[in-house]
Amino acid sequence: MNWTTACSFARRNDAYFVNFKNYIKLARIGGFIMISEKKGTLKLKTGLAEMLKGGVIMDVVTAEHSKIAEKAGAVAVMALERVPADIRAQGGVARMSDPRLIKEIMASASIPVMAKCRIGHFAEAQILESLGIDYIDESEVLTPADDKFHVDKHKFKVPFVCGATYLGEALRRINEGAAMIRTKGEAGTGNVVEAVKHMRRMNSDISSLKKMSPKQLIEYAKQERVPLQLVNLIKKLQKLPVVNFAAGGIATPADASLMMQLGCDGIFVGSGIFKSSNPLKMAKAIVEATTHYKDPKVLAKVSEGTGDAMKGQEISKLETKMQERGW
Amino acid sequence: MKVGVLALQGDFREHISILKKLKLTPIEVRTKEELDNVKALIIPGGESTTIGKLLKKYQLDKEIKKRYKKGMPIYGTCAGAIVLAKEIIDSDQLNLDLIDVSIERNAYGRQADSFEADISLPNSKKPFHAIFIRAPKIKQIRNGVKILSKHKKEPILARTDNILISTFHPELTEDTRIHEYFIQMAKDKYN
Repeated sequence: MNWTTACSFARRNDAYFVNFKNYIKLARIGGFIMISEKKGTLKLKTGLAEMLKGGVIMDVVTAEHSKIAEKAGAVAVMALERVPADIRAQGGVARMSDPRLIKEIMASASIPVMAKCRIGHFAEAQILESLGIDYIDESEVLTPADDKFHVDKHKFKVPFVCGATYLGEALRRINEGAAMIRTKGEAGTGNVVEAVKHMRRMNSDISSLKKMSPKQLIEYAKQERVPLQLVNLIKKLQKLPVVNFAAGGIATPADASLMMQLGCDGIFVGSGIFKSSNPLKMAKAIVEATTHYKDPKVLAKVSEGTGDAMKGQEISKLETKMQERGW
Repeated sequence: MKVGVLALQGDFREHISILKKLKLTPIEVRTKEELDNVKALIIPGGESTTIGKLLKKYQLDKEIKKRYKKGMPIYGTCAGAIVLAKEIIDSDQLNLDLIDVSIERNAYGRQADSFEADISLPNSKKPFHAIFIRAPKIKQIRNGVKILSKHKKEPILARTDNILISTFHPELTEDTRIHEYFIQMAKDKYN
């Protein structure tokens, strides 16, 4: 079942997205009561993302970082070998992290653990799923493995988050089975301008559907290579049917507040924490800023004495724009 | 009735839309002033360690306990149930200690073990479709806690006079029965 039919189905019926492969039936002796459990459903995939809302997901490269992130109040951690700023600086092909590192971080964290696979690299995704990871980020921060196709995420029980720079791209990812969307921003730069651009574009794309005639909607769906039903659903909801986080270039508590005020559901911070001079303090400040994003007094208080934010880069001086990866 | 939903982190918006559906007045609670304004409180699903830290940071934990002592009913779903428990097994995170149970986080396993199942509710023939996400288990139940529903012999919905907890997420479905039950608890309290 694809997303669009699933969505309309869900609205009619609480029975939700039956996936027969994952259907576990336990007949009690005597056969009077049947208890069935469903796992790996779209409802459970999007549901975990709902639980992360209003929270901060932090990039960590060691189990020790992961403990600092949890102590600071992260809602989840992203386990990887190098933060995007280092991937950018060191160059070369960036791939999925060593499973040993991911397992160490999973063992040390009590909160959900995410990990990245390359765009289209379904074998890396299969490996991550077998490790029991809680969420996979099919990420443009790593070097893409397929120049035409993203991973068919419906085939997995583990949920996926994907980056998007505008509505059409988000809808293609959702149609492929993504259960969570994030802005791409420009990872590893400490420069929030691209994340802002993507979020504003998303908001204006969604709002512009309102004015479209049925014919224009058909044309839009065709042009963006997504089902018309999904486009109609967005027009009606006036928001994405999944959680949308900010990512890429967020480096300060004020950046987090800015993105939340633009309508994001939560924040990914990559290089911004462990490339700052006082990671624990910066991490705590960004967590508080994400909760109290509407309260400038709290923001002023938490921004005080956070130390140096990461140095950051001008977008125009970049050799590689990661946001252009993905199709 | 003004019903507060703790809005520090988690799926508070889903609770708010259910309360709106029930024609109540939901209030997002992030501060003491907002808490003072409500008759009942829901602590939503989310990340219990994060919610605990943010509660403590602005001393909302103490304020909630004060209000509880004055009779405010509280309902916690999943992370909310963890925060309300007397004991969180193998964890030193903040707990409000308002219901005498021992609760274990992520007790079914990781996300791969999250599940959906039909459960039964007291006084209702129609099953309730429950969503369990990295759910906790109520391992021990003590003084005055009544079990309202079980799944595979494990308690999943329980209450005392003034506290209701569920290890699953009724806010993620369209079924409002458990919220209605909580509102009735609150109404009984104030009448």
